[in-house]
Amino acid sequence: MLEVSVRHAFDGFTLDAHFSAPPGLTVLFGRSGSGKTTLVNAVAGLLMPDAGRIAAGSWVLLDTDKAIRLKPHRRRIGYVFQEGRPFPHLTVRQNLAYGAWFAPKDAPREDMGRVIALLGIGHVLDRRPDALSGGEKQRVAIGRALLSAPRLILADEPLAALDEARKAEILPYFERLRDEVNIPILYVSHSASEVARLATTVVALDAGRVIAQGPAAEVLGNPAVLPVGAREAGAVLEARVVRHHADGLTELDAGGIALFLPLVSQPPGSLLRVRIAAHDVILSRGRPEGLSALNILPGVVREVRAGDGPGAIVALDTAGGRVLARITRRSAATLGLVPGMAVHAIVKTVSVAASDVGGARAHRA
Amino acid sequence: MDWLGPEEWSAVALSLQVSFWATILSLPLGIFVAYALARWSFPGKQLLNGIVHLPLILPPVVTGYILLLTLGTRGPVGSFLADWGIVFAFRWTGAAVAAAVMAFPLMVRAIRLSIEAVDPKLEQASATLGAAPVWVFLTVTLPMALPGIVAGTILAFAKAMGEFGATITFVSNIPGQTRTIPSAIYAFLQVPGGEGAAMTLVIVSVVVAMGALLLSEVIGRRVAARVGGK
Repeated sequence: MLEVSVRHAFDGFTLDAHFSAPPGLTVLFGRSGSGKTTLVNAVAGLLMPDAGRIAAGSWVLLDTDKAIRLKPHRRRIGYVFQEGRPFPHLTVRQNLAYGAWFAPKDAPREDMGRVIALLGIGHVLDRRPDALSGGEKQRVAIGRALLSAPRLILADEPLAALDEARKAEILPYFERLRDEVNIPILYVSHSASEVARLATTVVALDAGRVIAQGPAAEVLGNPAVLPVGAREAGAVLEARVVRHHADGLTELDAGGIALFLPLVSQPPGSLLRVRIAAHDVILSRGRPEGLSALNILPGVVREVRAGDGPGAIVALDTAGGRVLARITRRSAATLGLVPGMAVHAIVKTVSVAASDVGGARAHRA
Repeated sequence: MDWLGPEEWSAVALSLQVSFWATILSLPLGIFVAYALARWSFPGKQLLNGIVHLPLILPPVVTGYILLLTLGTRGPVGSFLADWGIVFAFRWTGAAVAAAVMAFPLMVRAIRLSIEAVDPKLEQASATLGAAPVWVFLTVTLPMALPGIVAGTILAFAKAMGEFGATITFVSNIPGQTRTIPSAIYAFLQVPGGEGAAMTLVIVSVVVAMGALLLSEVIGRRVAARVGGK
């Protein structure tokens, strides 16, 4: 259990954040300027906050009341920076070995060969970082952090500097870290689809404060977390693969509701997380007939939240989980949507992008 | 080397000896001062910077005279050191001190620039991987600043080879003891018929200076390629 409580004032900005994270991957989620990077730098010891307490289990990194302020090199934290920061004067192999040189001799270590295989960097071991692609550099940075025998891994928007193709290349490695390596991970992101794929727990930050924390589906389904106008608004459903159809569709089961997605690679029986963007959901009061959309989820309106503009976010509970729909305020009025009302959410199959579907073998606290 | 008379040869050998020790012994201090100026903020930083650069701006004779006043056998530091058997005045060791002081600003400047060019984010990364500050310096800062350290060292060596004003003021011009190449050229030019010997030493000076520059280029380029093309 990671417990973080940090108070720090800059000019014009106060960070006052408290959260606790169960094992697994915890995403610090929020817009830029919400204090995410400041918070991870405080955990890493690169920033000494005015006051606070940071502890992983019984191991205390910072406790200003007791005047405990561990130096960064004593914190045993594997930090994966946004730009990777591999050492340019060392080869990939030396970069990977770097952290291990300084780790205590009795610390539990990852096997170098296993990490190299996990990250797929066996073919670049003798190269220097400037001869690597952006994605390869980032994988080396992950491996270097992992091999320093860390008690906690920090990742500060590790995909932000990469293009979409490279992001898709790295994301599965974080899923594997989460599922195969028994080290808690604190992951900073402002991308809802990264959160949906990776998070065991989400801590949502806004203006230096924690506004929500909990399991991914719960936090992302909370209309307060994302501004109504935000394009990334969307909820996460967990669904099990039923079968792959010959016409290029995969059928899933979400709490008894059949969902059809473009073909996914996971075999039948595996549990998936599917992010459904709020702007891709249509609401209907009666069960629609003669519609091309394949996915119809009956549910009950939980909350209607109007934004400053013409939009509104409707949260509804279905048998498969919470779904968010972004509609106009006019439609909400025309349909007379109020909490407790039965509606149907309609989602086009093709609007679910492959990057929004991820394996869901997440740890549950 | 019969084209070099015993007197000329002794000047060349002495110059090489003086410059070698002046450079090697001031290098650790040079790296330390350059690091302090590049990375630390402390009261009196501008004063330190000024003192380091002073020999570059002051007339060399003034620097030599200040050295004589402080390190001479009757000077405050000199008399203290003399009790321990260390004497600089009118010895080749004094010539090395004068050369080191005069070359120091050039050395510090080159090293400081190369340390400032090392991305502090890499040093942070090193710390998060468990490296204590001394190891961060030895495994990241120092190797990445190596091209500048090599350049600064060779530049300082070349400067030490050519030092004249401070040397002759501090340790005089004693054949075999403190008569380096520039002092020897000066001495030869004071006597009738000395132009030939002076010219030989002028040629030696030019060759050594050019050689040092070329060497620094070659080494600098090699080291730069090794530390990642910077």
